[in-house]
Amino acid sequence: MSDKLVMSTGNKAMAAAVKMVKPTVVAAYPITPQTEVIEAIAEYVDGGEMTARYIPVESEHSAMTACIGASITGVRVFTATSSHGLLYMHEMLHWAAGARLPIVMGQINRTLAPGWNIWAEHSDALSQRDTGWLQVYVSTVQEAYDATIMAFRIAEDNRVLLPVMINMDGFLLSHIMQPFEMTEPGDFVPQISLPHKIDVNDPKGYGAMSPSDIHFTFRHDMEKAMRASRTVIAETEAAFAKRFGRSYAPIEEYLCDDADVVIVAMGTLGKEAEVAADLLRKEGVKAGVMRIRWLRPFPVDMKIEGKDLVVIDRDYSFGFGGVVAGEIQARYPQAKIASVIAGLGGQEVTYEDMANFVRTRKVGTEFWFGIPSEEQ
Amino acid sequence: MTEIPKEEMLLKCPSTCAGCGSLLALRYILKAAGKDTVLVIPACCNSVIQGVYPYMLHTVPVYNIAFAAAAACASGMSEAFRAVGKKTNVIVYAGDGGTADIGIQALSGALERGEDFLYICYDNEAYGNTGMQRSGATPLGAITTTTPNGKTVNKKDLDRIIEAHNLPYQATACASYPADIYNKVKKALSIPGPKFIHILAPCPPGWRTPSEKTVEIGKMAVKSGIWVLWEKEYDKFTISAPSRAAMKKPSPVVDYLKAQGRFRKVDDATAAKIQAQVDKNLKKIAAEAAYSEENA
Ligand SMILES: Cc1ncc(C[n+]2csc(CCOP(=O)(O)OP(=O)(O)O)c2C)c(N)n1
Ligand code: SF4
Repeated sequence: MSDKLVMSTGNKAMAAAVKMVKPTVVAAYPITPQTEVIEAIAEYVDGGEMTARYIPVESEHSAMTACIGASITGVRVFTATSSHGLLYMHEMLHWAAGARLPIVMGQINRTLAPGWNIWAEHSDALSQRDTGWLQVYVSTVQEAYDATIMAFRIAEDNRVLLPVMINMDGFLLSHIMQPFEMTEPGDFVPQISLPHKIDVNDPKGYGAMSPSDIHFTFRHDMEKAMRASRTVIAETEAAFAKRFGRSYAPIEEYLCDDADVVIVAMGTLGKEAEVAADLLRKEGVKAGVMRIRWLRPFPVDMKIEGKDLVVIDRDYSFGFGGVVAGEIQARYPQAKIASVIAGLGGQEVTYEDMANFVRTRKVGTEFWFGIPSEEQ
Repeated sequence: MTEIPKEEMLLKCPSTCAGCGSLLALRYILKAAGKDTVLVIPACCNSVIQGVYPYMLHTVPVYNIAFAAAAACASGMSEAFRAVGKKTNVIVYAGDGGTADIGIQALSGALERGEDFLYICYDNEAYGNTGMQRSGATPLGAITTTTPNGKTVNKKDLDRIIEAHNLPYQATACASYPADIYNKVKKALSIPGPKFIHILAPCPPGWRTPSEKTVEIGKMAVKSGIWVLWEKEYDKFTISAPSRAAMKKPSPVVDYLKAQGRFRKVDDATAAKIQAQVDKNLKKIAAEAAYSEENA
């Protein structure tokens, strides 16, 4: 293993990871704050550092579709997008997952218009929850790099064969420089072998008319693959830790064992929350943090017995509530949740703000950070 | 002489780069269109140029819409205005990416349906808003952030694609010729049905030219014949005055290329290829104008 310590933005680290795993085709369309990823890849390809075919398509709908076309031939495929680009892909996200294609996509989380706004928010990815894509949320440049490498191995595992979306907070991580270890993955990501790849010597029809009962089976198979992906993720993260020394879990816990109150958040908010927990501990509050990394498949073993949860959602499902809070409540009906809506449109949320959410929490209520209490 | 109104329809606070050709063009478009106008703007530089809420650059309403959606939005808006008897001008102001690439499907649909609005594509030959990636309208040889060694394929001939829809009015223009823009917009808005104007809009950061050279660079494009000003009203095709003059003795395209940093990787063979394409296109256009005159 030859690790190099380098400085990089989240975007460039993701591009570097993609280069390392040598996809055959990259099809992409620019959108802020993802552009750096695909510009870096375009440079690698033009400069001869990467032998992939780079297809500069005319829209995201075509980006995802070109990835689908490439993937079904059995090669490794990557794309990246954000926000409106992701939404414009929505139809094809279903096509990719339904066709069981292990496409890996970098997804830089950003708000949606109107009111054009380019800053971080999770609404874009969360509104794609039901497409059959695996979703991981990262919180550091190192994690962006590592998760990208692991994503290929997970997606391409024959027990999974579902696409993976790596979510990274726009600007807060995509454009932030941090040092990270640039690990050569070597054979950590095995050669891709797609069992249902197109083969002219064994002609098959793909996506043909399917009667209800068969269609039902296809969908159930997808869910079985989602469940199996929990095992594959655990194996992959364990193998990664063993080989490269950096360990990850579907939920990263910080000071949770004896905690009375736990902040739950995704992405950079989840990392910042660790500082809030330290601060609260100094005040004698037994606080901890659960940073949800894999939102799909959803974690099945959250240890929340006897704890208050302060769930910070950088998103909102109108007419319902914070998405992550709602997901936890649905899966763990006994959960005692104080829901906080914060960080929409890139609103700044500091560890001090988070500590305050904990201090003033009211379980069973929803609090919009920055909106006066009489308007809540 | 064209009398252009003194009244400014843009306030003095645009968040453009210095020397932006698209804003220069818009200034005259709005002067020609007047107050009874709504602008529809898909994602592009002009989504940013208009300023940050609650401030606004334009003195007419601006409706911002998703990148692929401008022509469909304008269709709905125009149909609604006409339904209640309003004449309000609906003008799409979109970049080349939003027109030639992601937006072309909605545009084609609207043109085919014969919707009553004016679609203006300002062509800075790349994706300016996201930091200068290649678009379908980026010319051969131009460096962008996704074609770091220069684009290896040709500029999409957007005008021929639009022309295939047989719309009542279609024109090209260039930000360096404001009177020509003004006249074409006036004429377009006097005709019912779909109208399309394609404006070359030099872009200093994207073209890697000095900010104060925008007008000069645009003129070089026209004088070399790499950009030709013409208009087509129903079947009547006419070459506009600046291009008619230029076509008598076009200047070498290589002067135009040399004046811009984005073409610095163009080798002699590519330059010759571009010159040959320009020569061929000029012949085609001259023949079309002659044919139109004969059959008038
Ligand atoms: C579906 C979607 N994909 C990508 C974007 C990001 N985006 C915004 S503007 C733009 C480029 C616009 O280029 P062009 O139309 O040529 O106009 P210009 O920016 O050059 O003025 C891109 C890629 C978006 N807003 N929506
Ligand atoms: S990038 Fe070009 S088109 Fe966009 S605002 Fe700047 S000068 Fe104008």
